Amino acid sequence: MTHLQSVSSPSIHSEDRAHEADHPTSPVAKFGPEQPLMLDCGIDFAPFQIAYQTYGELNADRSNAILICHALTLDQHVANVHPLTGKAGWWEIMVGPGRPLDTDSYFIICSNVIGGCMGSTGPASTNPATGKAWGLDFPLITIPDMVRAQAMLLDRLGIEALLCVIGGSMGGMQVLQWTAAYPERVFSALPVACSTRHSAQNIAFHELGRQAVMADPDWHHGRYFECSTHPHRGLAVARMAGHITYLSDAALHRKFGRRMQDRDLPTFSFDADFQVESYLRYQGSSFVERFDANSYLYLTRAMDYFDIAADHNGVLAEAFRGIKTRFCVVSFTSDWLFPTSESRALVHALNASSARVSFAEIETDRGHDAFLLDVPEFFDIARAFLQSAGKARGLG
Amino acid sequence: MALQEQILPLGGIAPDRTGKYRTDHLLVAEMIPAGSRVLDVGCGDGDLLQLLESRGIDGRGIELSREGVNRCVAKGLAVVQGDADTDLVNYPDDAFDYVILSQTLQATRQPKVVLENLLRIGHRAIVSFPNFGYWKMRLQLLIGGHMPRTENLPATWYDTANIHFCTIKDFIELCDAIHVRMERAVALDLYGRPLRLRLPWWVWNLFGEQGVFLLSRK
Repeated sequence: MTHLQSVSSPSIHSEDRAHEADHPTSPVAKFGPEQPLMLDCGIDFAPFQIAYQTYGELNADRSNAILICHALTLDQHVANVHPLTGKAGWWEIMVGPGRPLDTDSYFIICSNVIGGCMGSTGPASTNPATGKAWGLDFPLITIPDMVRAQAMLLDRLGIEALLCVIGGSMGGMQVLQWTAAYPERVFSALPVACSTRHSAQNIAFHELGRQAVMADPDWHHGRYFECSTHPHRGLAVARMAGHITYLSDAALHRKFGRRMQDRDLPTFSFDADFQVESYLRYQGSSFVERFDANSYLYLTRAMDYFDIAADHNGVLAEAFRGIKTRFCVVSFTSDWLFPTSESRALVHALNASSARVSFAEIETDRGHDAFLLDVPEFFDIARAFLQSAGKARGLG
Repeated sequence: MALQEQILPLGGIAPDRTGKYRTDHLLVAEMIPAGSRVLDVGCGDGDLLQLLESRGIDGRGIELSREGVNRCVAKGLAVVQGDADTDLVNYPDDAFDYVILSQTLQATRQPKVVLENLLRIGHRAIVSFPNFGYWKMRLQLLIGGHMPRTENLPATWYDTANIHFCTIKDFIELCDAIHVRMERAVALDLYGRPLRLRLPWWVWNLFGEQGVFLLSRK
């Protein structure tokens, strides 16, 4: 695999990553044996910890809290410098003073999901029974498990009800799970670019990514930390495949076309002749520096298992029966990973449940990742929806 | 039933002191008591929904154009992108007290099916549409020999979204055919003001620029 050598030399040391998994730079809520997390797989999991970030101030009557649920490969570092990469927070464009999620008005919370690798307990965390990383001994987790852990964190923070739960992609799945599991705790919900169930095509892409990780000899059946290795190449391939699904043909064409990378003629080799190849390799290599390979396996699996209707006799509307939560569903025209049709099915179910729902499809060629980018129409909608929810809840 | 025999109460509208709202919207709003649940099909930029919400009415909307939906959502309204012809079937029976179809009936592919759906979803329906029997329309076709265009309907025949024009008389016949009761009917002049006089239907059909009907199931 010589042509993938460029993705196998990380500059962030695996010790830094391992340290962040157990001792995050952000605040942590620790839960002891008396407060286990009841997992869908049947295990009462304890002890565990949830790492989180907050922005803004909680008001006196605790009514201005907004929970952000992060996507598959993101974390709690929404609007601060990332402790490993040193890059800006992943949603600084959305969260801050005067931004749609205005930190002058709202108290914003984002926690690393259970199973993640940025400080919440996951396969990269140390198993107290062995003193080594959990690896594949970590129990399988689900989207409902993530939400259950977030609810325990909110209890710990003394927040009974949220003004809004917002998130895109896997974050959107958590938003929907919040409304289905704790409708009375969610005043409004903003699920973006997501679905009530993971499609066969999406499961297939995830399986491709997992197989790439597991095919890497450095994976060692998930015990790579004992061999001081990390399946960089496999995880990079998984990321490259995943990244293609987050974009669109039009966006790739606009960004790269068939342009060559630092050369005018093909080299007649498997070098990265095309800009798009070079870009993908960069995406792969920068990802493996900050993300744990086993965590990637667990979180993709959690998304695969997600199907809200299945938990309600196959009838989606049943999940939202009598719900008082205000919804704003947003999709993007060029998102083929979570296409508009999936959002529309959700909207039909919410209509059938007589929920108060808005639904906007935003025109963009930037694919699934549009929810992370500068799309002013989306910002306007998010801002107005939150303002109207705040008004209805009696915020100034 | 002979049209002239029907005498329906005229709509009375409180004057709009702010000048912020369209007269026909105020007329519709007057027909709906506070606290009602309302679906506005083809809600455009959400002006009517905003008026209804300001009067304590729980309003929702469907709008075909993406731009319209996004402007509504940006106003904090509960509006979904959808098509009156295809998406009304997804709403359960009796989901709303009132369903409004304002200036949209003539743009649907199946006006009869849409009307039936309105009264399945809502206990009552409020339907307004441009009257093709309006004297200016008739005159243009009779004298000018071309498809009518008016101040409120300026599009040419080849680029108009309005594919199912009807007259007030036609609409009343459709209501009869599908057993719909007309509780109130109002004809509006070119400026959206109600024709104040109690006049026979044929006069309304000639001088009403648009008709507004409050309907319920028989």
